[in-house]
Amino acid sequence: MSNPKTPAAAPAGGRGAAKKELPERFQSYKNVWVFIEMERGKVHSVSWELLGEGRKLADKLGVELAAVIMGPPGEGITHAINDSWAYGADLAYVIADPLLTDYRNQTFTKGLNDLVNTHQPEILLLGASTLGRDLAGSLATTLKTGLTADCTELAIDDDRCLAATRPTFGGTLLCTIYTLNFRPQMATVRPRVMAMPERTEGRSGRVIEFPLNMAEENIITKVLDFLPDVTSDKVNLAYADVVVAGGLGLGSPANFKLVTDLAEVLGADYGGSRPTIQKGWLPADRQIGQTGKTIRPKLYIAAGISGAIQHRVGVEGADMILAINADPNATIFEFAHYGIVGDALQILPALTAAFRERLGKLRMAS
Amino acid sequence: MHIVVCIKQVPDSAQIRVHPVTNTIMRQGVPTIINPYDLFALEEALRLRDKLGGKVTVLTMGPPMADESLRKALGFGADAAVLLTDRFFAGSDTLATSFALSTAIAKLHAQEPVSVVFTGKQTIDGDTAQVGPGIAQRLGLNQLTYVSAIRSVDAENRSIVVERRAEGGVQVLKTGLPCLITMLEGTNTIRRGSMDDMFRAARASLTVWNAKDAGVEDMAMCGLKGSPTVVKKVFAPQPRKEKAVQVATEGKSPAEIAQATLETLFAANPKLEGDLLKLSAAS
Ligand SMILES: Cc1cc2nc3c(=O)[nH]c(=O)nc-3n(C[C@H](O)[C@H](O)[C@H](O)COP(=O)(O)OP(=O)(O)OC[C@H]3O[C@@H](n4cnc5c(N)ncnc54)[C@H](O)[C@@H]3O)c2cc1C
Ligand SMILES: Nc1ncnc2c1ncn2[C@@H]1O[C@H](COP(=O)(O)O)[C@@H](O)[C@H]1O
Repeated sequence: MSNPKTPAAAPAGGRGAAKKELPERFQSYKNVWVFIEMERGKVHSVSWELLGEGRKLADKLGVELAAVIMGPPGEGITHAINDSWAYGADLAYVIADPLLTDYRNQTFTKGLNDLVNTHQPEILLLGASTLGRDLAGSLATTLKTGLTADCTELAIDDDRCLAATRPTFGGTLLCTIYTLNFRPQMATVRPRVMAMPERTEGRSGRVIEFPLNMAEENIITKVLDFLPDVTSDKVNLAYADVVVAGGLGLGSPANFKLVTDLAEVLGADYGGSRPTIQKGWLPADRQIGQTGKTIRPKLYIAAGISGAIQHRVGVEGADMILAINADPNATIFEFAHYGIVGDALQILPALTAAFRERLGKLRMAS
Repeated sequence: MHIVVCIKQVPDSAQIRVHPVTNTIMRQGVPTIINPYDLFALEEALRLRDKLGGKVTVLTMGPPMADESLRKALGFGADAAVLLTDRFFAGSDTLATSFALSTAIAKLHAQEPVSVVFTGKQTIDGDTAQVGPGIAQRLGLNQLTYVSAIRSVDAENRSIVVERRAEGGVQVLKTGLPCLITMLEGTNTIRRGSMDDMFRAARASLTVWNAKDAGVEDMAMCGLKGSPTVVKKVFAPQPRKEKAVQVATEGKSPAEIAQATLETLFAANPKLEGDLLKLSAAS
């Protein structure tokens, strides 16, 4: 165990220094970077969502947007570079090394740390996935800079600073956080919080390669195995186009059948509020909300859910929210687009029947 | 084997209320609890100790009243407890928090070598999941986040094999000790403390360290001064301007209500019908 004492270059300042006066050594930090998360040759969609957001920040600042791609040499990287152009990047920093085949904290922290210190971005965004959080947390520490986790909104203020807004106090409030005197300004964003950008074909940019400079014998952690989730191809709640969910108002786990029946007719995915998971009615990966999945479906149907703020922040991105609640004063009616005041146990089966009939007719006609 | 568990005392956020007029948080009377995620870390640490022998030290940084949480942890069966408390720590963000905690852990390590440091996955008030990785980096510990199970520990060869939740699956990782583990929620259930532990906890004298005691040399690394992030403003989410359009229900059967709902939705978004048709055909 080493000593936590500060390295010689310990930054002076911090909030005590109060004034927003960027130290000279940080003034060369330019551009917005997005870490492109690639595992098993596939890029996590959150990275494209962040490129979309990064594009807006870079345009506001009048700087370039860079994609940072790390992985083993091969097709995965080529695809990631091409997709980065399509989603708005102007340049790509690429660290291609067989040692980056599996995610390991040590290799990725070292590579990204060196890259940041060499090419100096002013803003660095990562997805708040298990990988992104693992990496962001250690990188912010090696760089000794500020990191704002799980942001729901990113903006540039009049002083060209990143204003990162996130829920606080269990989601009851929002707060806006700045990293004034340090660079890069780091932030993570959860999947689906930002909208997926449109692809623009035919764009391209500069590729800048960067070495990892590590040897396997110096990497202490070894990956012995990877056990893919059996259900991983099935549960993709965050990316579903239509979602039906139930809350405590359903009264019992057996009544969840009414939710899954409707979901099946609609080709939708399903989920629940947190208490339904805590009670064991649904498995944990079905939880919707601040501490579960954020969803952005075209249609979200919530039955017997009161609409607590922690639930709301996870569903607000939906194009259309239909709420069914027995209580006309339920909070969920304050942010749903359409409401039905009534007993979900009666309304759900009626909806299922009505949709089944309607879609059946349409299918016959087409 | 010496194991350190970092726990945080947090307000029970299920009971936090926001003042409707001033938008400030009404903390008065809100009970405090051990951060629920940290209990999974504590239980896993106790299991390791029960299996391999040794000692579990719980560590918290917080106001003097955070000793309540330490006593609770002793009641569950932890062997020793350290409270890190100093006004210099006030206003710490994650970087400053990981600095203070890692300094204290280094001191504990000097007294009795530490093999594993545990933290929770995240706190329910800070909610960043950064303090664990921060400690690991500062102390040069091998970092294992989102651990769902500890498969084996080889105390002699100083190695550990764990299962780690990754995107789309579980990584089986082997690394060297000392390491830092952030424990995934739902992976175990905190034990009921024994009568003996409860009595011991009530009587136990806790170790209380201020910044100097813990070995902090540079106060500028702590608290507000040592925090690169600045909270500019705190505000309540904007209510949506319009409330939900209610589908008329009075005197209608569920079937009629459902029909009316379909008409309303499809009128609002004419593309929806086609989308649903495609989706339902695909599934
Ligand atoms: C730190 C923290 C994180 C959290 N994260 C999340 C999260 O990620 N996701 C989440 O969902 N919650 C989360 N919560 C919990 C959240 O605060 C609420 O407690 C929760 O969302 C309430 O769930 P519910 O709406 O199912 O239950 P309730 O609040 O009990 O609401 C049940 C609703 O059902 C209605 N109802 C009753 N009977 C019927 C009927 N027959 N037909 C129709 N309606 C009926 C009632 O009117 C009521 O509105 C979190 C809380 C905290 C403190
Ligand atoms: N003040 C603190 N004292 C002790 N442990 C802490 C403290 N803050 C955070 N931790 C630990 O770090 C983990 C992650 O916290 P956070 O980064 O705030 O989400 C928690 O689950 C705790 O184990």
